[in-house]
Amino acid sequence: MNNTVYSINGPVVTIQGKTDLSMMEMVYVGDARLVGEVIRLDSKATTIQVYEETGGLAPGQPVVSAGGPLSVELGPGILRNIYDGIQRPLPALQKETGSFIGRGVTASPLDETVKWDVTVTAKVGDYLHSGDIFATTPETPAILHKCMVTPGVEGEVIWTAPDGAYTIREPIARLRDPSGKEQTLYLAQRWPIRLPRPVEERRPATQPLITGQRIIDTMFPLAKGGAAAIPGGFGTGKTMTQHQLAKWCDADIIVYVGCGERGNEMTQALTEFSELTDPRTGKSLMDRTVLIANTSNMPVAAREASIYTGITLAEYYRDMGYHAAMMADSTSRWAEALREISGRLEEMPADEGYPAYLPSRLAEFYERASYVKNLNGTEGSVSVIGAVSPQGNDFSEPVTQNTKRFTRCFWALDKSLAYARHYPAINWNDSYSEYLGDLSTWYYDHVGSDFMACRERLAGLLLQESSLMEIVKLIGSDVLPDDQKLVIEIARVIRVGFLQQNAFHPEDTYVPLKKQLKMMQVILHCYDRCVNLVSAQIPITQIIGLGLFDLLVKMKYDVPNNKLEILDDYMQQIDEKTAALAR
Amino acid sequence: MILEHIGLSQINGSLVVLEGVTEASYDEMVTMQLDDGSSRVGRVVLIEGDRCVVQVFEGTRGMSLQNTRTVFTAHPMMVDLSPEILGRTLDGLGRPIDGMGSIYPVCRRDVNGAPINPVSRVYPRNCIRTGISSIDCLATLIRGQKLPIFSGSGMKHNELAVQIVKQANVADGEDFAIVFAAMGVKNDVAEYFRNSFAEANVMDRVVMLLNLANDPIIERIITPRAALTVAEYLAFDLNKNILVILTDMTSYCEALREFSSSKGEIPGRKGFPGYLYSDLASLYERAGILEGKQGSVTQIPILTMPGDDITHPIPDLTGYITEGQIVLDRSMDAIGIYPPVSVLPSLSRLMKDGIGAGYTREDHNPLSNQLFASYAKVQDAKALASVIGEEELSPSDKRLMAFGRVFEQTFIGQGNVNRTMDETLDLGWELLTMLPRAELDRVDDAILDKYYEPAKERAAQHGITVA
Repeated sequence: MNNTVYSINGPVVTIQGKTDLSMMEMVYVGDARLVGEVIRLDSKATTIQVYEETGGLAPGQPVVSAGGPLSVELGPGILRNIYDGIQRPLPALQKETGSFIGRGVTASPLDETVKWDVTVTAKVGDYLHSGDIFATTPETPAILHKCMVTPGVEGEVIWTAPDGAYTIREPIARLRDPSGKEQTLYLAQRWPIRLPRPVEERRPATQPLITGQRIIDTMFPLAKGGAAAIPGGFGTGKTMTQHQLAKWCDADIIVYVGCGERGNEMTQALTEFSELTDPRTGKSLMDRTVLIANTSNMPVAAREASIYTGITLAEYYRDMGYHAAMMADSTSRWAEALREISGRLEEMPADEGYPAYLPSRLAEFYERASYVKNLNGTEGSVSVIGAVSPQGNDFSEPVTQNTKRFTRCFWALDKSLAYARHYPAINWNDSYSEYLGDLSTWYYDHVGSDFMACRERLAGLLLQESSLMEIVKLIGSDVLPDDQKLVIEIARVIRVGFLQQNAFHPEDTYVPLKKQLKMMQVILHCYDRCVNLVSAQIPITQIIGLGLFDLLVKMKYDVPNNKLEILDDYMQQIDEKTAALAR
Repeated sequence: MILEHIGLSQINGSLVVLEGVTEASYDEMVTMQLDDGSSRVGRVVLIEGDRCVVQVFEGTRGMSLQNTRTVFTAHPMMVDLSPEILGRTLDGLGRPIDGMGSIYPVCRRDVNGAPINPVSRVYPRNCIRTGISSIDCLATLIRGQKLPIFSGSGMKHNELAVQIVKQANVADGEDFAIVFAAMGVKNDVAEYFRNSFAEANVMDRVVMLLNLANDPIIERIITPRAALTVAEYLAFDLNKNILVILTDMTSYCEALREFSSSKGEIPGRKGFPGYLYSDLASLYERAGILEGKQGSVTQIPILTMPGDDITHPIPDLTGYITEGQIVLDRSMDAIGIYPPVSVLPSLSRLMKDGIGAGYTREDHNPLSNQLFASYAKVQDAKALASVIGEEELSPSDKRLMAFGRVFEQTFIGQGNVNRTMDETLDLGWELLTMLPRAELDRVDDAILDKYYEPAKERAAQHGITVA
């Protein structure tokens, strides 16, 4: 059937009349073969959203089916790569069209010429189920790539290739499925981006995603397999926080999606991640990272797809038994892409022009974050951290509000903290994590029995401070009694010395949990001693005069991460100095 | 064979509809000949079978359904480019209006450009010294950056832009040029820029694109695109460092809104089209440096915030795309502080990698952090003073108030003076000596010893004393 273009309106193209195309089918539009996807079908017309600029397209040009839904190719060669929103490798595009991205360029997502060093683990006679691993290859020095049987395929192995070097297009094994049909297995497989990859079962999230960021690990932890939102106006440090998490969190695989954000930021991520070494493996951070860059000036429809591309890649690595983390910066741009396309389709708008299906799309996406038992019996997880860019810094707008409903961790960035250059500018009063209860056992077993208790006390002091500051704002701090002044002082230590963290300081950029606990203990110990002094009627000015608070504020810089015994000296100093004053 | 279509089937504002068209392609240019001999240009914005909608740049006045003959040119909106373009004045569509004849094109480029492949970008690191302390120290401008000025009507954003152009040390290099795009600005503002460029003796290195306040509003949508196409040509073909000044982005966005509503599109916030973000991004993202090319495109867009409201969609979306912003403050402007830079909301995202040892000075980053942090505390003290009176403040708050006043008067309000980077940083330290060392919690001891202590003496000489 010959389908031809009838109307063109921005990225939305229609074909007149009934067609043989199916919903969500991928198509090539026009003479330039622009990639598109079928998004609406009725008897009068077929509507297609095009992932590239449509300038130059004319009615009458052909529309050709690509033979399936919009899919990504999964196999060795994903890591260390940088893709656009529909998995076109940007370095290959650069070779093709130079510094600027041309239209209608196609490039294989995975390098077809690389010979991978394959170990075939399946044997003739084995019965392989969907998701079972049949071969492995070291994809990067840090990650062993495990090739799995595509979900939906199973059967008895009737032939395997010997161990050796193969490209992704060479057959590795052959199966005979129960109906007697032969299936060939390759290193790579395709999977539609809008369909979650199947799992055996979902497991409760009980392990934290350790990030080395104190305000996150201690105050508002995220579980492996959980979802978190970082909302914040411009300049509050969303991207900075996302970068820090991508660099330091203890996931095996990082999928970083730059969705409608700045080009220079992606360049920065690319160069920085290549230079840094992973503290756990000692290898380059890029070895476990894949970047998806659909910057704000790249076509808007591909921006909508980029989120799904990212999470499908993350799920693929989860299926191998890895813990993957996906950073999406920013989901608001994705929602705006939805709005833009919805507007072109002349759909009835809901809140602020967003389509009425915004909440269900957000839910579908965030629900793909999970801790699971895979089809092949391994355990893996996908954690999702989505940045939200609320318009006018107004958290009541639809994207923030709906995201809040589907994520259990909320790191609210605060403009006034950012103005004071308090980074990470996560507001401790507005943020929350519902994972605290699920994770407390893990903290009890792996960090320290008093971790959660210390955290509660810290949070309590900060809460007290915020209500005291209400009074201070009205009448000044002089009128407060000494015990309340002490709360304000110690809260300052917590804010500046603990919550605030310097991403550019070599020691402070990543802090292990043991040190986080130790720092809390020192601060609380100091507070307890000072409370005793205050109740012994010793004036607060003298207590401040001891210089202990200033010492604690700087301990994050002064105490190296591998010399925690110095903090024991601090305890001693506190005891000595306060005892001296009490006498 | 060139087909000519006679007559139109509908005219609605700046949009005209043609029927029976078979050769139109999306986003292509059309030329229209009127009976009175005048001609217009337009762009295809919607195609539905043989019906196509054309947006006419110069407006539809005088057009009727009968008197128009339309030709489809089969290419998108193009700008003529040649090295001779330097020193020329063009209209909003990039056509010469200075009476010096047309440009003989070496090449012609699509005004829409193409997105830069993120892999081909070079992360910008070289700072541009502007000689303005509040920018150099606190929101450093980096070559290849897009750093907008958020201003309001009546404030001195034009003066600031001119001062940056005059003082920016890229101006020393031969390979430096300015592309100036005026969108909906008043005639005298354009004149002011022209005179200032002449005064600074850079007129032969300036390309001006003028779409003045009384020019057709739809043409305004092309003006920044044409300007950036010229800038990209100069930067990446001719290896020059280009500073692009776009003023006033607010007029541009309003033109876009007018155009969008005339097309009957579903409006987003405050009536602006839902794609305003993508549209602005397609302009701002054209700043940068490319691998293997020597030139660079740096953008300083100027926008006037309607009602001084930074949460208005135009500054809001701009802030999400650009790499920081310089915000001007009306109350400082009112008491005569120039440049009236509002320090706390101003920010340069690329600054952290372009300053410090090897770029500016090792103490730059800690110093700017400390100035920000201390000045933020000044605001708290001010808020408290407005309730209980300055007399009742604690001694440390009083110190902060004194610091804040001197900081605003000398550091920010430097007037039309060109300060070197060292002068700026040293002045910053001198001001910090007004605060006790223990309150400087953003700086480590080594830096304090090296810079804070020596500054005390200088501060005394300069009459900066602790109250």
